[in-house]
Parts: sequence; structure tokens; C-alpha cells
Amino acid sequence: MNTLTQKNWIAFRTILSKEVNRFMRIWTQTLLPPVVTITLYFIIFGKLIGSQINPIEGYSYMQYIVPGLTMMAVMTNAYSNTAASFFGAKFSKSIEEMLVSSMPSSIILLGYMVAGTIRGLLVGMIVLFISFLFTHIPIRYPFVVISIALLSAMVFALAGLINGMLAKTFDDISYIPTFILTPLTYLGGVFYSIHQLHPFWQQISFFNPVFNIVNTFKYGTLGITDSSVVFGFLLILSLFFVLFLWSLHLLQKGIGLRQ
Amino acid sequence: MQALLVKDLRKVYGNGLIALNNINLSVAEGDFFALLGRNGAGKSTTIGILCSLVNKTSGKVFVFGYDIDHELEAAKSCIGVVPQEMNFSQFEKVLAIIINQAGYYGIPKKVALPRAEYYLKKLGLWEYRHNTVLRLSGGMKRRLMIVRALMNEPKLLILDEPTAGVDIELRYHLWDFLTELNQKGTTIILTTHYLEEAEKLCKQVAIIDQGDIIQNTPMKLLINTLDVQTMILDLVKPLSSDIKMNYPYRIIDDTSIEIEINNRQTINELFHVLNEQHIQVSSMRNKTNRLEELFIRLTSKNGILS
Ligand SMILES: Nc1ncnc2c1ncn2[C@@H]1O[C@H](COP(=O)(O)OP(=O)(O)OP(=O)(O)O)[C@@H](O)[C@H]1O
Ligand SMILES: [Mg+2]
Repeated sequence: MNTLTQKNWIAFRTILSKEVNRFMRIWTQTLLPPVVTITLYFIIFGKLIGSQINPIEGYSYMQYIVPGLTMMAVMTNAYSNTAASFFGAKFSKSIEEMLVSSMPSSIILLGYMVAGTIRGLLVGMIVLFISFLFTHIPIRYPFVVISIALLSAMVFALAGLINGMLAKTFDDISYIPTFILTPLTYLGGVFYSIHQLHPFWQQISFFNPVFNIVNTFKYGTLGITDSSVVFGFLLILSLFFVLFLWSLHLLQKGIGLRQ
Repeated sequence: MQALLVKDLRKVYGNGLIALNNINLSVAEGDFFALLGRNGAGKSTTIGILCSLVNKTSGKVFVFGYDIDHELEAAKSCIGVVPQEMNFSQFEKVLAIIINQAGYYGIPKKVALPRAEYYLKKLGLWEYRHNTVLRLSGGMKRRLMIVRALMNEPKLLILDEPTAGVDIELRYHLWDFLTELNQKGTTIILTTHYLEEAEKLCKQVAIIDQGDIIQNTPMKLLINTLDVQTMILDLVKPLSSDIKMNYPYRIIDDTSIEIEINNRQTINELFHVLNEQHIQVSSMRNKTNRLEELFIRLTSKNGILS
């Protein structure tokens, strides 16, 4: 390795371990709440309400909602890790420690993105394990499962980073969860098949990223799908590139960071 | 090689305020440079631009020859900065903060640890290394900012009011510490409102006022431009009559007088006159620090203070 890559590698590892230590240290605020929420979802929607719902495409309602709930946990946790941590650093001004240093913006981006991704995947795995206690979930296509989980964690970690950068107050970092993530999730086929929607809304849903993430993950696990998995995957992949370049641009220009 | 070269630097903040009008500065390698100015003059804005915490509106900045527009990372690796305001994450531990700072510069732990130990001990923070910032006093946090700024062993150290809120003993200690760093080759830029500090430490001085540099000279030259200084003399016995001499003077009370001496006169002459009239002096001091006197004259010409 030449000196520059070596330096960048050390800088990257510094951010990563600092960020992972952060969410591990406050695990009661970062790892525990999603587990509690999801367990409640399983009990209420899966067991209590689900027992009165007919099987969908051969799966019990409980089995049907597990993939969506898992991905919901992945997305929200990847998102909130970067959003809260980056905004927190901005708020305390400790972000300046990174800004004055000689590491390039791309390393800051990668450090935060990977840390958020790790938290998202970690919580996703915990949720999936909990679901195994309630029901049987097959993993039909492990490669699809892993790649869509990874990709969506990265996408939402980047979204959190962008929101954290542009946010001026702590309230601003809840914009994306409230106005984008939650509506898209409820409209995204977590709890029902989008074939139950009016054709117009079905057409719209095909472009909903959350729908495509959930649908691809459902395909990877249960082996069922409401739309083209390839299209869905490519859509999320393009979203990833857009968000990556956008956050890199914001960091390099120092938008929301420098006066 | 110039440690720092600033050309036609201008900063207009988002709200339209012109913080820097047209700044030109050059700091030689190895210099100990004072950047002085009243509150709001533009010191921190200038420093913010040098270490890329503030975007400039126009102008050029070169750090050891590296243009910050094109070789930003190389320029930043030469700089260590102690900001005016605290910028710690309160819940982090002292040692973690500085090891991470080294990490951001790509310095591995095995190099950073001994370096951290050296500087923490030097500034009396070693025993607090496992404390969170939250539990440090104001003066300790200032010192921690200095240690943090030194982790990349910068060739140019920029200190924005490093001794604000630091007690006297510690201030002397910091002065020694900074002088030693400078003697070992680190170029230092310092802002301070304690002009005695600037006079004592710095070889070169620039005064910035309302976004413009109004003075940029060697400290000694600047001090020599002071054409009049005011001395206060304490007398052994109360004055019995007026003093006959051509120095302007004012009686403060029975046993103390204030005398103005211009730079064509010597103190010897003054004492000669006093001796002739049998006036005995028990002590003598400058009314204000010389740099302070100059500073007030220079900056009040330009504005609000007068
Ligand atoms: N973020 C900002 N937005 C708008 N104006 C600003 C901002 N930061 C500073 N200013 C203004 O720019 C001018 C220069 O401020 P600066 O902080 O550079 O002064 P300074 O010389 O460091 O003063 P002090 O001795 O008080 O620290 C001031 O008029 C200040 O009000
Ligand atoms: Mg200032």
C-alpha cells in the first residue's frame, strides 16, 4: 500500500470504530428499541390479528410480514445512525475535528456510511432471529437476501448522512423518517400485497424504493414477488449512486458544515 | 519558503456582512506571528478560512506553498489549529479524542500513543486521560485543544485566543511551552487580547481592523513607532512645590505623578532633572503596556473606540 492509501485506511478505520463504539456504548438507545418494537409488531400483527387473516401466496400472515419488518428495521437503523451521529457532531462542533484534518471528504462519507450500514444489518439480523422464535422463515436465495439488505442499509445510511448535513435543528433529522420513510413503508407492501391496491397505485408503487427493497427481500426469503426483482434491484442500485454522489458533493462543498 | 501566504482574501457571510475586506498576509517559516484586532475584527474568520472551516468568498491562500483551492489535503496536513470556541464531543474521553484526531490524519496508534503521552504530560493532562471532557475544567479543555492540535506535528500551529480563561501560572507555563515549540521550528500564529502576551512572545505582528490589515511589521519596529510613553512615578515624599521641567506631567496624588516621555528623550535626562530638584523616586512603571497603547491608537483612528 502506498502512503496515501495507508493514511486514508487509518482515517477510515478511526471513524468506523468510533462510530461503532458509539452505538454499541448506547445500545439501550440504539439496538434495544427496534427489537422491542418489532417484537410487538410480531405479537400484534402476526399472532393476534394475523391468525384471522387468510394465508397469502401460501404463507401465513406472520411469515408474510417478517421480510418487510426486517427491512424496515434495517432501513430505519441505518438511517438514524448516520443522521443522529452526524448531526450530533455538527451540533457539538466536534465535526470540526474531521474537517480540519487532512483526510478527504470521501473518507468521512465512507466511514459514516459503513458504520450506519453495520448498525442496520446488525439490527436486521437480530429482528430476523427473533422472527425465527415465532415462525419458520425460509431463505430461498441467500445471495439476494444479503445483497439487497446490504444495498438498502447503505442507501439509508447515506440518506441519514445527507439529512444530518442539511439539518439545522434536532427536529430536522426526523423529517425523512416522518415524511418519507413511514409513508413509503406503509404504502410499500410490508403488510399487504400491492396487488390488492387500485391499478393506479400499483403503478406508482413500482417506483417506491421501499416497496422494491421489501419486495426483493421477500423474494430472497419467501421466494414470492409482486413485481420485477431485477428492476427493483437496479432502481435501488441507481438510488445508491445518486445519494452517494450527492452526499460527496455536499461534503466537498461543505454545505451545512462551513459558513 | 513562506509558511503562509494570503492574497486579497475576502469574506462576505451569508447575511451580507463583510467580515474580511481585502486581507494580505505573509508569515515566514519559523515566525511567531501575532494577529491582533478588536472583537469582531475578523481574526477568527481569517483563521477559519486557513483551516477550511469557513469558505472564502475570494482570494488565495497558500500554506507552505500548497494552494488550498487545489492541494487542500496537503495544505491541511501542515496545519494544527486551536479554535477560539470549544469543539469537543462532551462524552468522549481525553485520550480517545486525541488518538482519534491523529487517526484522522492517518497516523497509526503506535505513533500516536507515545506522542499523546508526551504532550499530555507536558501540559499536565496525563492524569486526566481517562476522563470525559465533561469533567474537565475550562483551562484543562483549552490545554486539551492544544494537545489535539499538535497530534499531527504541524509545521504551522494556529492558536485563536489560547490563553483566554487560563490562570496566570498556567499562562506562563503555556508561554514557555509555545516558545519552546517555536524554537524547535514550528511556525506559530497567535491571536490574543492580552497584548502583553503578544509583545512577549511574537516577533511579527499584524493588526486587523474591520476586515483590513492596518499594520504588519516586526514587533520591535512597531513598538518603536510609539512616540510617547506615559510613566508613573511613585515618590518617596509628597511634593512641596511644582516641578520645573519640560516634560508634560500630571499629579495623580501626593506621592505619585504621571509623566509623558517622547522617543527623543531619555529616562536618564528625566532623572537628571528630578535629581536637581531633590525629588526622590521609589518606583516607576509604564502606565499601560506599550503595545496596548499603540494598539488603542491605531485601532481607534479607524473606528468606534475613539
Ligand atoms: N457565521 C457568521 N455569520 C455572519 N457573520 C459572522 C459569522 N461569524 C462571524 N461573523 C461576523 O464577522 C465579523 C468578524 O468576526 P470574527 O469572529 O472573525 O471576529 P474576531 O476578530 O475573531 O473577534 P473576537 O476577538 O471577538 O473573537 C464580525 O462582525 C462577526 O459578527
Ligand atoms: Mg475570534
